[in-house]
Amino acid sequence: MELLGRQEVWNITYDHALGETASYFFTQIRDHRKIFGRRCAKTNRVLVPPRAFSDETLLPTTEWVEVGPGGRIEAFTFVYEQFNNLPPPPYSFGYVLLDGADTALGGYFKGVDLTNPREAAEKLAISTRVVTKFAEQRKGDVLDFWFEVE
Amino acid sequence: MSGDRVGIIGIGQSNFRSRRDDASYPDLVREAVVPAMLDAKLDFDAIDAVVYSLSPDAMVGIGNAERLGVDAVGGRNKRFLRINTGGATGISSVTAAYYHIASGVCDVVLTAGADKVGECGDSQTVLNKIWDPTYERALPLGTINMLAMSAVRYMRRYGMTEEDMAYIAVKNRRQASLNLRAHLRKVVTIEEVMESRVISWPIKLMDCCPQSSGGAAMVLASERFIRDNKLDAVWITGVACRAETYWMGDRMGNNPTAEHADAYALGRSFEQSYRMAGITDPANQVHIAELYAPFSNTEYHAIDAARLVGKPGDSIQRTRDGEFELGGRLPVNPSGGTLCTNAIAVTAMARVAETALQVWGRAGAHQVDGARVGIASGNGGDHQIFGTMVIEA
Repeated sequence: MELLGRQEVWNITYDHALGETASYFFTQIRDHRKIFGRRCAKTNRVLVPPRAFSDETLLPTTEWVEVGPGGRIEAFTFVYEQFNNLPPPPYSFGYVLLDGADTALGGYFKGVDLTNPREAAEKLAISTRVVTKFAEQRKGDVLDFWFEVE
Repeated sequence: MSGDRVGIIGIGQSNFRSRRDDASYPDLVREAVVPAMLDAKLDFDAIDAVVYSLSPDAMVGIGNAERLGVDAVGGRNKRFLRINTGGATGISSVTAAYYHIASGVCDVVLTAGADKVGECGDSQTVLNKIWDPTYERALPLGTINMLAMSAVRYMRRYGMTEEDMAYIAVKNRRQASLNLRAHLRKVVTIEEVMESRVISWPIKLMDCCPQSSGGAAMVLASERFIRDNKLDAVWITGVACRAETYWMGDRMGNNPTAEHADAYALGRSFEQSYRMAGITDPANQVHIAELYAPFSNTEYHAIDAARLVGKPGDSIQRTRDGEFELGGRLPVNPSGGTLCTNAIAVTAMARVAETALQVWGRAGAHQVDGARVGIASGNGGDHQIFGTMVIEA
């Protein structure tokens, strides 16, 4: 028998509030090109991105600490597939442990030739030093910065 | 016998395919429930409660699709509960059914669900939405690239290569070729996997699970009910579920508790399941494992976490030695696993169902000879929420 279908598109708008901690983080990036984490007084660990509490001690974090702009690569991948509503490939992104931080921050890697993923993987090997770069036009978003090999 | 164990008395699974244009969503749920009830040899009046297995609504494109599923599971006028822990949903649902009975509240519980991932054109877009809108949503995160980053760290720590990953894909596809219910049943070679297109390096197309449509259902009962009604059963002797931090960046950096290369909370969950089941040496006491691994690399850290090898990373060589193949010493994913069939809402239930069928001696062409003790696992969220079980004949 003939089997029928029906196409649907969901297009839903949210206006998310970022809260006090993330608002401070993003305004510092936007206005001063600076990245801050939050320190847990009990463990001394600096959480980046900053959070109002530590998931380990469950205590409020107590202090803003500037981190970076240098750091080391903790994880990376190169995406070659187009996914609907996600950026056009190829692109590279991953996580970087910024100097002074104890946890890694996600961001794009730029300036890497992605023609051959195996060669690119050697250039971005875990522990490779990188530096944070900031966009000229910043709006207070994780896309205001990215990482490049030093 | 303490007389208070929880047994599995009925199992139903669809034949999983990319699309099922002949069946609506509730039809697919029904397709699993009917054989599970026949298998249990019970009238529907015997069911005290239904646990509904349903992961993100957007994957089936129906908001709160458990509403539509109530009729398909016969949930009208019964205790009814929906469970969603992402990829772990299926095993979380069996766990919730277990708790209903172990608590003494119910004697017989049905858990069931279905998924139609093949109808969702944007599954990675849906999965991108599981990251927080504050810090990480603007990045192109998805389950594939998140686990590609786990692979990169696993390579660094334990020396895994792309070819090692391909071994898992080849093994599981060969095993799936024997499983009539599996979605991807075509045997592939190392060369074909290595030459398949790169999706998110080092993960290539053939290192990835498919988007599957199908349903699964299981009926659980108290030991007292099983004995009083002279029913056949296999037993859930260990059960646990554990979560770790949301933040992927906290699973790396300086001295992480839950290293992103590994599956930390999965390991803790297995520890707890083994303790409950009295298993002290899993590598020698377990006969078959169905470990949730949607990408080839993740089967390695699942084997490590289940302590089927001495130390993390040993899974690589032991896989190459053929130890975890069907016919080997301790077959892992003899059904082909999540890598060959992934109907997300029930894929971790299929791990439990397949393990149960194995220790029951009813797995068919992919039966592991003499299997009496099996383990199953499920991973959900951003590799964050885990469920584990020990099942014994």
